[in-house]
Amino acid sequence: MRTDPLFQPVMSEARSTRTVSLTFNEQPLQVPAGSSVAAALLMSGIQRFRATPVSEAPRAPYCMMGVCFECLVEIDGVPNRQSCLIEVGEGMRIRSQEGARDLMFQPATVQSVEVLS
Amino acid sequence: MSHSSVDVVVVGAGAAGMSGAVALAELGLHVVLLDEQGSPGGQIYRGITLAPLSRRDMLGPDYAHGNELAQALASSSVRYERGAAVWQVTREHEVSYLREGRLHTLQAKAVLLATGAMERPFPIPGWTLPGVMSAGAAQILLKSSGLAPSEPVVLAGCGPLLYLLGWQYLRAGVPIKALVDTTRPDDYWRARRHLFAALRAWPYLRKGLELMRSLRSARIAHFTGAEQLAVEGDGAARALTFTVAGKAERIATRCVLLHQGVVPNIQFSQSLRARHHWDVDQLCFSPVVDSWGELDVAGVFVAGDGAGIGGAQAAAVQGQLAALGIAVRLEKLSDAQRAFRAEALHARLASNLRIRPFLDALYQPKEANRIPADDVMVCRCEEVTAGELRGFVALGCTGPNQAKSFGRCGMGPCQGRMCGLTVTEVIAKARGVSASEVGYYRIRPPIKPITLGELAGD
Amino acid sequence: MSQDTHSVTQSDVIVIGGGLVGTAVAYGLARSGADTRVLDQGDNAFRASRGNFGLVWVQGKGHDLPDYSRWTRSSAVRWSGFAEALMADSGVDVQLKQPGGFHMCFSDEELRERQSRLQTLQDALGDYPFQMLDAAELKARLPLIGPAVVGGSYTPQDGHVNPLKLLRALHTSAQARGARFHSGVQVDRIDCAPGEFRVRVGQRQFVAPRVVLAAGLGNPGLARQVGLHAPVAPNRGQVLISERVKPFLDYPTINVRQTDEGTVQLGDSMEEVGFDDGTSTQVLAAIARRGVSTFPLLRDVRLIRAWGALRVMSPDGFPIYQQSPTHPGAFVVTCHSGVTLAAAHALRIAPWIMGGAMPDELGVFAGDRFLTDKVFSHAH
Repeated sequence: MRTDPLFQPVMSEARSTRTVSLTFNEQPLQVPAGSSVAAALLMSGIQRFRATPVSEAPRAPYCMMGVCFECLVEIDGVPNRQSCLIEVGEGMRIRSQEGARDLMFQPATVQSVEVLS
Repeated sequence: MSHSSVDVVVVGAGAAGMSGAVALAELGLHVVLLDEQGSPGGQIYRGITLAPLSRRDMLGPDYAHGNELAQALASSSVRYERGAAVWQVTREHEVSYLREGRLHTLQAKAVLLATGAMERPFPIPGWTLPGVMSAGAAQILLKSSGLAPSEPVVLAGCGPLLYLLGWQYLRAGVPIKALVDTTRPDDYWRARRHLFAALRAWPYLRKGLELMRSLRSARIAHFTGAEQLAVEGDGAARALTFTVAGKAERIATRCVLLHQGVVPNIQFSQSLRARHHWDVDQLCFSPVVDSWGELDVAGVFVAGDGAGIGGAQAAAVQGQLAALGIAVRLEKLSDAQRAFRAEALHARLASNLRIRPFLDALYQPKEANRIPADDVMVCRCEEVTAGELRGFVALGCTGPNQAKSFGRCGMGPCQGRMCGLTVTEVIAKARGVSASEVGYYRIRPPIKPITLGELAGD
Repeated sequence: MSQDTHSVTQSDVIVIGGGLVGTAVAYGLARSGADTRVLDQGDNAFRASRGNFGLVWVQGKGHDLPDYSRWTRSSAVRWSGFAEALMADSGVDVQLKQPGGFHMCFSDEELRERQSRLQTLQDALGDYPFQMLDAAELKARLPLIGPAVVGGSYTPQDGHVNPLKLLRALHTSAQARGARFHSGVQVDRIDCAPGEFRVRVGQRQFVAPRVVLAAGLGNPGLARQVGLHAPVAPNRGQVLISERVKPFLDYPTINVRQTDEGTVQLGDSMEEVGFDDGTSTQVLAAIARRGVSTFPLLRDVRLIRAWGALRVMSPDGFPIYQQSPTHPGAFVVTCHSGVTLAAAHALRIAPWIMGGAMPDELGVFAGDRFLTDKVFSHAH
């Protein structure tokens, strides 16, 4: 579930012409080339990146510099990646990290469990 | 795992790292600079080589200055490895890092740690909700991606970085709904004894005053002396609540940017079991270093904010001083040569640090925002509250390591970065002793996560 | 907790050491109604209790000393009652699971040696159930096992527990039963008089007719003062812990187990490096390799933390339990399996300390056995 993005490009900047197509929980997104996955998701209206393994509490990036480990998402099948440290790539399949990683089963699709805002 | 030998490994390509690496290379040493980001600049100069001119202009002249360092790096003989996450530094100067899915180890003769600072945690109710970020995070979004809040944003806390961000937003035409300042009138009174030194650092002071004046004339709602900050929301941030002089306030917003200063990132220096001291002015642990930045671990140096908060200009000078210290250790310079070159640097460093005592006193984070009430989450990763932590103290825990083993706080992926200072201070207050006596978490490798397969070497 | 200097505190027993061994003994003592004081070091003590693997392990132990196997089993069979008592007294669930455990073998020779060892135990003890499994049989029980594992042994007696919750449960339970803890203290000296031990901590004194040395690597020096011989020395084991993973492994194995929180723990090593509880990349890599060989799916799981912990190792690797012949009332209680033996320490050692009969198996564990020219090895 996407909400109105919390972040958007600053008005004074010319729009980057190069974009990249990727998906988040199966939803297609167009994002500027060169951004971090976390920045790209935030500007696309993704507000909830993961549910914690301890209590399934919703979490999103806090520090954007690799310190807080809140921005963890699954990228191309690899769980728990710090999305603020990874650059977007064409065709990337990103999923929210729903609790602890699962060794035994790879879900075919993840039902997005965004909180309605 | 690949192994090779070099003279010096520099960890971190921020102000201190770039400056130190370039200085070491100029002295004829074989230098490798490792940084986990895709481009140089650390945090203060984040994205400097990729920022379009309009963005550099918006962010201000101090930011643009980082470009000189980046250019010096590019034209030096330093072997700069981007996307390299260092996971271990040993006392024997081995530096192990992960790059493109493979592990490498460098055997150095000296190591320069320049991993800088990180935001001080700001444990208030609701601080873990989506939509709450640090001011530094917002600055990174601005610097690396040209992104800013899409709705009027609330900035809360204190400290130069918060006001700088507000000023940068103003220049970019980003509406600020409110600046909720925890600074009180008596903070100015308390900082007055450093005023003379601050006046001697007039360029810094003037910059700060101009910044504050811009914010004021923009007529942003500015609340001062704010207390009892809390983020309201259910699944995501919805509003910031606080009180001013006992009167309750509530500002509806989906984006709250918190800041109450930065603190040294001590993961590496702690993992080396170097001696640290509790800085009673900056209220954080800093590694104990000599005037060249050397730890009590021979051959390992620290430069920049990682040795104590001083800002980008000071960091660059410290990088050069550390380079001189290393050069003597590696017998590239004599003591006399070093002393000669260092004189001007020491003076410049002193001048850059002159403003600090004033800033540290004026913007000292409030105790209520460092040592929270029982129901506030202290360890975000393992979801441990301040109250649970106090319970462990009542059981007999004397310090953070025992508390960690009793309740898992500090054991999650961030390995204590977001909770370490809070835990130390909560325990210290509960026991009625100093933070210095309580100590800090025992930090262990890997400093950055690596997979079992990568470690196994397949 | 009184911080008065020059205070003299009287009690029935003093336990020196607040780790897994000391608190288990203290819990047993407190349950029996003894007025117990526990003296514990501060936050940065060596603390084998915080570094161990959490196994409640019987399989293979004591193949060269049957009484050790008997002693170990006597603890394992009491463990579930012990866990229930801790839950009742502290509210902490130590997550005991005893589904049986596996020991993996990576070559036919290892498999043969394993069988021989367990057979020896069965011959000596009679009642010693175990199964040898080939690769296919193992895979039927542990579907994620890798092709490098040629087989293994299984015994139903093995299990695991959360060692940190255990330590907390013991602290809480012992205090709930009336034991008093003094943290952050360092024992300077023990003065002995007939029927009385005076333990000096700075200017304070703790006095009791019985004293228990459960101070791990601090025992050798203390033992000398009360006429005991406890030559334990550090032996380092390195451990890896991973990020949390959804449950995939129901059984503990000797080198890999999944904790109740979902993290995967891998070990181990045995190194003689003095008092160095650091880590070494070579050993960590070897542990990772063995873990990934055992369960290949672990390849992409992230390592969050690695540490070294110092086992409290006697020259032959077996515990030291003895009452001082020259200073009756002084006991030494030390071992490197403080988790497995916790139940026995609380339920069988504590009564002995309060004057009950010495458990049969304990005869071979006197520290005096090391007062000889014989060369010992703790490799088993």
